[in-house]
Amino acid sequence: MSDFLMLDVHQLSTINHQPYTFNLQPPTLSVFNQSRKNVIMLVFASMFVIIILQLANLQIFSSKYKIMADDQGKFRKVIYPDRGIVYDRKHRPILQNMTIYDLMILPNKLKGIDTVAMCRILGIDSAQFAKKVVDVIVKNGRSRPSVFDALLTDEKMAMLNEAMYKFAPGFYLQERPVRSYPVDAGGNILGYLSEVDSNFLKKNITEGYQIGDYAGKTGLERTYEKVLMGQRGIEYWKRDNKNRLTERLEKGKFDTAAVAGNNMHLALDIELQALGEKLMANKLGAIVAVDPKTGGILAMISSPTFEPKLLTGATRKKHIAELLLNPALPLYNRTVSATYSPGSTFKTLQALVGLHEGVIKTSFRVACSGAFFGCGNGKPKCLDRGVFDLRGAITVSDNTYFATVMQKVINNPKYPSIDSSLSAWDKYMYAFGLGHKLGVDVPFEKSGYIPTPAFYNKIYGARHWNYCTFTSVSIGQGEVNVTPIQVANEMAFIANKGWYRIPHMVDSIEGGDKFNMLSKYQDQHNTTDIPDSVFEAVHDGMQNVVDRGTGIAAKVPGINICGKTGTVENYIHQVKQPNHAFFCGFAPRENPRIAIMCVVENSGRFGGTYAAPIVGLMIEKYLKDSITDKTRLERVEQLSKLNLIPPRIYKAIRTQDSMRHVRDSAYLVAKGYIKTIRDTMGLDDEDEQEALDKLKKDKESAKKEGQKKDSNRVPPKATIEGVLPDDRRRTEAKDTVKN
Amino acid sequence: MYQKNPTIGKGFDWILIWLFVIFVMVGLLCIFSVEYRTTDNVIESFLGFKKNYSKQLFYFIACIILAAFILLSDSKLFTATANISYLIGIVLILATFVIGKEIKGSKSWIPLGFMNLQPVELCKIFTSLALAKYLSMLDMDFRKSQSQIIAAAISFAPAALSIMQGETGLALVYFSFLIPMYREGLPPGYLITGAAMAILLIASLLFSTKVLLIALACIGLIFIYFNRRQIKRSTTMLAWIISIWAFCSVFVGIVVPFAFKHVFKPYQADRIFSMVGVDNPFADKNAVNIVNLEEQKAKQKKSDQQNYNVKQSKIAIGSGGLLGKGFLKGTQTQGDFVPEQHTDFIFTSVGENFGFWGSTLLMLMYMGLIFRIIAVAERQRSTFSRVYAYSVASIIFFHVAVNICVTIGLAPVIGITLPLISYGGSSLLTFTILIFILIRLDADRQMVLR
Repeated sequence: MSDFLMLDVHQLSTINHQPYTFNLQPPTLSVFNQSRKNVIMLVFASMFVIIILQLANLQIFSSKYKIMADDQGKFRKVIYPDRGIVYDRKHRPILQNMTIYDLMILPNKLKGIDTVAMCRILGIDSAQFAKKVVDVIVKNGRSRPSVFDALLTDEKMAMLNEAMYKFAPGFYLQERPVRSYPVDAGGNILGYLSEVDSNFLKKNITEGYQIGDYAGKTGLERTYEKVLMGQRGIEYWKRDNKNRLTERLEKGKFDTAAVAGNNMHLALDIELQALGEKLMANKLGAIVAVDPKTGGILAMISSPTFEPKLLTGATRKKHIAELLLNPALPLYNRTVSATYSPGSTFKTLQALVGLHEGVIKTSFRVACSGAFFGCGNGKPKCLDRGVFDLRGAITVSDNTYFATVMQKVINNPKYPSIDSSLSAWDKYMYAFGLGHKLGVDVPFEKSGYIPTPAFYNKIYGARHWNYCTFTSVSIGQGEVNVTPIQVANEMAFIANKGWYRIPHMVDSIEGGDKFNMLSKYQDQHNTTDIPDSVFEAVHDGMQNVVDRGTGIAAKVPGINICGKTGTVENYIHQVKQPNHAFFCGFAPRENPRIAIMCVVENSGRFGGTYAAPIVGLMIEKYLKDSITDKTRLERVEQLSKLNLIPPRIYKAIRTQDSMRHVRDSAYLVAKGYIKTIRDTMGLDDEDEQEALDKLKKDKESAKKEGQKKDSNRVPPKATIEGVLPDDRRRTEAKDTVKN
Repeated sequence: MYQKNPTIGKGFDWILIWLFVIFVMVGLLCIFSVEYRTTDNVIESFLGFKKNYSKQLFYFIACIILAAFILLSDSKLFTATANISYLIGIVLILATFVIGKEIKGSKSWIPLGFMNLQPVELCKIFTSLALAKYLSMLDMDFRKSQSQIIAAAISFAPAALSIMQGETGLALVYFSFLIPMYREGLPPGYLITGAAMAILLIASLLFSTKVLLIALACIGLIFIYFNRRQIKRSTTMLAWIISIWAFCSVFVGIVVPFAFKHVFKPYQADRIFSMVGVDNPFADKNAVNIVNLEEQKAKQKKSDQQNYNVKQSKIAIGSGGLLGKGFLKGTQTQGDFVPEQHTDFIFTSVGENFGFWGSTLLMLMYMGLIFRIIAVAERQRSTFSRVYAYSVASIIFFHVAVNICVTIGLAPVIGITLPLISYGGSSLLTFTILIFILIRLDADRQMVLR
């Protein structure tokens, strides 16, 4: 029916539609409405124009969206290259890389994983496990991987590795390279890595470090950070809305590959280093051995030292606090950072100055009648009575002789005033490498101190002082301060008869010295024109020291060793401490291959007693490659066991321990010295020193409180103050030390 | 009776057909670019019916088949069934109140098993047909206000029902029927007054009362200045201007604040303000409405989410720059930063991958499509076809304009799709039917249809 109807309509309309439509719509209305088409089109078009303008605004004229898009959609992933390996002079690796693992967790994939087994391996209960998971989710979200257990220990790793398939995909292991030290030696010189802090980032803004990166904090790791680090690689990744990295941007078109760090070869002999550390066990002090020809450091021992591997990997957090709070300062590199009065070892230099200035000849003789009376006060005293020429004076370490020599230098009429003569003397000292930083490639080097006219002018006022004000300087006491490395360098200078190369650890860098860090070690410092004959005389005296003088304990059969002992008086807050034992020397005399110094802090006795035998053994080990003689080996063991750590250290440890028991770490944090545990790159030596000073002061005040409370107790005589002599100490030597 | 019509296939507007195909293809590419990851096996994914782009391809094929059926049908079918289909549409919308399935907060969906149907969406077709049918009645005089009211009722009834369901976005689309009505003789005064009121209302929500009063005074003075000669001749003009100004000022300065403070409940006021994307300035900050606290929190969350969407959308489009990042190279769309980016925010993938030139090209294509439909409309001899064609053009325009304005931050978030490009069977189906009925009607433009 409807079909029929429709057909009908269809036929009807096809036949005469023309007039029909015209009838339907009045022409006036139609014409009026026709124009409305344009209005409609105009409205539509203007809307599109608005849209296109806004698009232009967003896409062409404003750049912020591009930046915002890059911020959230791209990720710049830094690829860390392997750090360079460090070899000793015999190409034994002493600092290399090791891989340890972090246990990673993906919280959203935990379903169906045997968490009980995981708890058993990790040694935690399920409540702790749940808490850890919640922490991780709070910190990092569900869908992103987080570190569940960082730096797995070997035992955990062994257990996990076997069972890891059970825990996939909720858990996985992620490699993390750490530094390893194949030989347990040289902790202080090799240094360690730590996380960079904001200070470090500020200083190295162009190097591309980021928060969370590691950089060398001390030792060679710090000095040669650029060399060892290599070149970071950069990968650009796409990142999704859950902050997951999805794929490489443009298939890695913009990426740069990482370049591994360069390996370094040291002048260091790791066996010699290990022997030195063994000999210095149970002592405070330092040994520095230098190859006089090259300036390469053969051994550099600061005692007490630490096992370098304690500061890498899983155990680091625990040990760093321990080491930083230890009153014996194991992290303190005494070889470059500690300053001592040089004591009698300084006399050899006075001989050189006297001879070169022409105020004495080698035949110049001075009588020791018990003291130096040039200043009328009978100071310093001298022990070996008799009349000595230069050689003899060196051999017996005659205080009067060298006090006289320096008096002649200072009161030399060729200089118009004491200012100029002392300046001239200072110049000699600087030329010998004292009073300024040498430029060693081990960080935190101190400059030591050589007193200047300006210094005395400031203290006593201009023209209110004369030689007698600082007589003790002539025998290496008083205002003069040196670092062990400076003493070793001074020996190299004497051994070479007038020149030295700056002592340095690194001999060569594989792939070339790109950062021009080694060229200064090639320069020969010929700073004076002292003739060889002068040196020969000094050598004679020094050889006599070892052959039949105060340093006879250093003697090694078959080797001509030149040496000089020193016994250094020292004070902590005006309280006299046991003497430091010094010995320095070089060998063999004919063709010096090793220049060495040793200091044993507060050992008491004389330099010849403790420091000389240590130096003897070191020289023997280096020149003969090994110590074979049984009695000599016994001597090594004997010396190693010899405990010369001053009682104040033990006292400090005890105080610290009791403090720790009485007041827990919260107290330490509140007082501010736990900040040293923060263990970040910004902690330079000054900071550490500051923190430790604070610690000491605090202990002192704690003790005072204790005393007040318990008046019956006998007050302790010695304070537990600094291990090191104060810089620029103004107290004069009260007693003559002659050695 | 069953003889083959020799004219079939000849009268089709192939430009429209090809534009339709191109748009759907672009849409497929956009959905693909959003979902594709380098690890995907493209062929497998396309055939696997798991990814949205493969589903959209399936919908496309289904729509082509449906389109063929429409083209092969008789145009009189649509005139004849216009009223009954409109009724069915209304009944379906009403049915959602009973059997509706809740998707994304609105209960406007009817589950069909293989897809979810949104009657309000489909009802756009039926309303277009019904409006066309009504306006093409033989004794129609659209100048009568009675006819205007009936036409408006036909147009806005589904919208009203839709708003009751909480689906405001789609309801707004029904405003586009004002355009065909205007074309058929609706006095422009209505539209201008309506638009002016809407602007005034939105402005009073967006700007502070003081600013608006000053602005209104300035506009009034400018009008007086430009019409000063007319005003000299007769004061009627001045009276008009002053009375309009007075009305607007009273509306802005007294009526709106009064309404928001005393008539609306706080949550209603908040809802209205959140629609234009500002905080309610009339809200009593100190009063804690415990009853509505939960609701307010939920509203706040939704509003934050919408802000996030728009921000991400702007970032994605803005980062495209002049030339775009290249197909499949958009970091924002590939990183799932933009929510709803395969449906309402699909334009972000064009903006990011193809940049300004691609976006502009797409806009010009839409403009071309709409103007083509208007051209088609104007060549119709029957009112029915013309009104229907204008309805189609207006609906497409409204969708495009609102959708794009949302993605580029020119309009508050209103959830409507980008015609033919957004993912979704319901939307694609609706526009396919709309366009192909038009092509069918156009093919028979020599006939007079009612």
